[in-house]
Amino acid sequence: MALGVEGVADDLRAVYAAEKTRSYEWRVSQLKALLKIATHHEKEILEALRSDLNKPEHEGFLHEISGVISACKLTLKELRRWMKPEKVKTSMTTYPSSAEIISEPLGVVLVISTWNYPFLLSVEPVIGAIAAGNAVLLKPSEVSPATSSMLSKLLGQYMDVSAVKVVEGGVLETTALLEQRWDKILYTGNSKVGRVVLAAAAKHLTPVILELGGKCPVMVDSTTNLTVTSRRIISGKWGCNSGQTCVSPDYIITTKEYASKLVDAISSELEKFYGKDPLHSNDLSKIVSSQHFDRVTKLLDDEKVSGKIVIGGQRDETSLKIAPTVILDAPNDSLIMNEEIFGPLLPIITVNKIEDGIGLINSKEKPLASYLFTNDKKLKEIFKRNISSGSMAINETTLQLAISTLPFGGVGESGMGSYHGKFSFDAFSHKKAVLERGFAGDIAARYPPYTSGKLKFLKALLSGDILGIIRALFGW
Amino acid sequence: MDLEREMREVREAFSSGKTKEESWRRSQLQNLLTLMHEKEDHIITALQQDLGKHPVESYRDEVGTLIKSVNYALKGLKKWMSGKKADLPFAAFPSTAYLVPEPLGVVLIISTWNFPFGLSLEPLIGAIAAGNSVVIKPSELAPASSSTLANLINTYLDTKAIKVIEGDASVGQHLLQHKWDKIFFTGNCKVGQLVMTAAAKNLTPVALELGGKCPAVVDSLSSSWDKRIAVDRILSAKFGTCAGQACIAIDYILVDKNFSSTLVELLKEGIERMFGKNPKESKSVAKIINKSHVLRLRSLLDDPMVKASVIHGGSVDEDNLFIEPTILLDPPVNARIMNEEIFGPLLPIITLEKNEDSIEFINSKSRALAIYAFTKNEEFKNKLSSQTSSGSIVFNDAIIQYVADTLPFGGVGGSGFGRYHGKFSFKEFSHKKVIVKRGFLVDFWFRYPPWNDHKLLLFRSAYRFDYLGVLLVILGLKKC
Repeated sequence: MALGVEGVADDLRAVYAAEKTRSYEWRVSQLKALLKIATHHEKEILEALRSDLNKPEHEGFLHEISGVISACKLTLKELRRWMKPEKVKTSMTTYPSSAEIISEPLGVVLVISTWNYPFLLSVEPVIGAIAAGNAVLLKPSEVSPATSSMLSKLLGQYMDVSAVKVVEGGVLETTALLEQRWDKILYTGNSKVGRVVLAAAAKHLTPVILELGGKCPVMVDSTTNLTVTSRRIISGKWGCNSGQTCVSPDYIITTKEYASKLVDAISSELEKFYGKDPLHSNDLSKIVSSQHFDRVTKLLDDEKVSGKIVIGGQRDETSLKIAPTVILDAPNDSLIMNEEIFGPLLPIITVNKIEDGIGLINSKEKPLASYLFTNDKKLKEIFKRNISSGSMAINETTLQLAISTLPFGGVGESGMGSYHGKFSFDAFSHKKAVLERGFAGDIAARYPPYTSGKLKFLKALLSGDILGIIRALFGW
Repeated sequence: MDLEREMREVREAFSSGKTKEESWRRSQLQNLLTLMHEKEDHIITALQQDLGKHPVESYRDEVGTLIKSVNYALKGLKKWMSGKKADLPFAAFPSTAYLVPEPLGVVLIISTWNFPFGLSLEPLIGAIAAGNSVVIKPSELAPASSSTLANLINTYLDTKAIKVIEGDASVGQHLLQHKWDKIFFTGNCKVGQLVMTAAAKNLTPVALELGGKCPAVVDSLSSSWDKRIAVDRILSAKFGTCAGQACIAIDYILVDKNFSSTLVELLKEGIERMFGKNPKESKSVAKIINKSHVLRLRSLLDDPMVKASVIHGGSVDEDNLFIEPTILLDPPVNARIMNEEIFGPLLPIITLEKNEDSIEFINSKSRALAIYAFTKNEEFKNKLSSQTSSGSIVFNDAIIQYVADTLPFGGVGGSGFGRYHGKFSFKEFSHKKVIVKRGFLVDFWFRYPPWNDHKLLLFRSAYRFDYLGVLLVILGLKKC
């Protein structure tokens, strides 16, 4: 049985009940502490990311540390405003009355994080939970152990540990945590475990946010600017943790005519980015573990696929690296076209007319993100209207995550709920409706004994018919 | 009925794209409005049969409210459907971003028996407005309403895309085996758990509208007008609303001991005034839904100490499914009646030393759908609101939050999660898709590898929104 995990939700609940986490001052102090961790321990964080993922410092800073810093700063700046009640208009049906919606903490929150952006995806949800006034427990991923222990150490050092806890561990610990009663759970990871989390949450009727994944498609048509398109695709794929990113382009769809131009452009830009020997470039993350390395190489070694490699294909098992690889027209029933790749392999599927790609995308589950590169206005409209995904970017990849005014989350198999920026605050809040009435202006028509006159009045009131109300009042 | 065929049809209706059209949504909502106007009598008759509801109560709670809600949705539809431009921080220049609502797909609404029309059609309004195709599973415990609902929907609405599937728990279980894009459930916690567990298999998001013990705190009121209004509202929110079988009915009262005897007298007098000397005959108090619930309610009174605390009413007519409005004064706080959701016309009054003690009392129970307080004391209102948590909190009235279109309706903790009514219904059945657009013109070359310290410095400046810094680095005037 996992030690130190029993009853931790109850401990946090007792601290929450003592009202400490609700004050603005406490929330600000904790957010400032998180900011300090991100700004004063950059070297330590980047080292942990290098150790776990061979993540280049630039990616570590760009994607993870600055993501946390800007989330902290935004939250500190806006928190007072977010905490204010929202006044709402009331209608004739409750006249006279005043109403507002106030944000309350939910109570005790569980954040289960993952290994690919282990710093960002642990801290950003915690920022939201704290901002909303909850007590929170973070369970970082054991697949990124250096970051997990760094988080445990630094949060243990800087945070109010009675209300903000870190529990390290694997499946045993996570299972023990999921058996306890939480007021909200945010899980980032894959859909298989997502189902387990949701089923566990059901036992306590706990609402959840699931940030999952999917096969994020990229449609490229011939009206696009080829160089910029290739750069943005490369940046979103291999420049994001070697494709081990939930919103990385998973596969490309383009026309048969355009495919070779696209392959050439990607090949040439790849060389500019990573040199002639990308397998040994230090600007590329490694695959996180030998288990995942085997999983990804298996996709490539499928005999239906291995003959269709047009770029890359090299791998080095000792360093867990796979070179940026492009495959042309892998068959639709191959594993690589049916599982989320989560690695540096990029299949390109060619179609006759670009619009045919829509059917292909919709034959798969709704992904976390979908992408389109084109200058054709009509195609943009068709894409927007017919593809459903968590988010969508036209002529860009992955950047939507960095924009704090946009909610980040999935739909269908890619997840439920969203966060980032104010959406994090909302995700971890309970929006309580407050309706205030006085004793004046009572409508006797509401109450028994019931009469036909009262019925007439109610009909007029509920349909907003002022003349009818007046008539009914006068008994006409 | 061939369930598989019905499911295929409803999914095809969504895939065809027709439910996404504004014209379809509008026409279905219009038809729903016409249904309510034309078939009001059918609805009222069904409610009379299932629950013995008085026609005015039925109109007030289920017909009129629905008409109001459909009109509100028709009015708001265009605005709700249109995307919203998102403010972007300067660093994201030059891009534009929109939040565009999309339907989720095929949704399942599981309704319940106490407001069989209201609790089926309120969510339906939201599901249609959001562009989904829908299956409604009404409660078999209110059979007249279930079959009337099915007939009316089949007559007035697009039956390929909006279906009513009647039946008992086994039909419900069968439906839950299918993959839905959303499930909206109204009912009790136990079934709510089953629904959510089944939904987990398909990663289906759910909304659960459950229940709880909604308390009403009654402060000493001095003016006789205030006292009269408060009592009317309390009685209406208990005995006048489906005989207390409502998730937002007042479950129990908390009152300070100095006011309790006044309150009791006023309540007794009010019961007679509102429901007559013989409430069963006046037909202004609804029936209990079935024998099993009558026995459940009766058993709450079995405890001799509870029975001894009955100060008004208490008679149970099992055959006619009628329990008269009953008031209890200070039953033991560990009795079942004080620990289970009552859902019936039994009103316990608990006396406290002082009003503020109500906060601790309320917090000792799981979070309810609503908390009510009848008071003019502003300080107490603030304290109560900030120190308790509930789906909603209402001052000096009860139940009425149900008709406020601008307020989200739903629970927290044990009373559930998810929100509806007004535009919240639309949101509950929508996915808010983020769309970000960029051009090709401006591309920051330092976004891309190969990495070097120079590029890193640029990023540091850019992420701090230090654009002067960025400029200086580019011009070579600032070094690492």
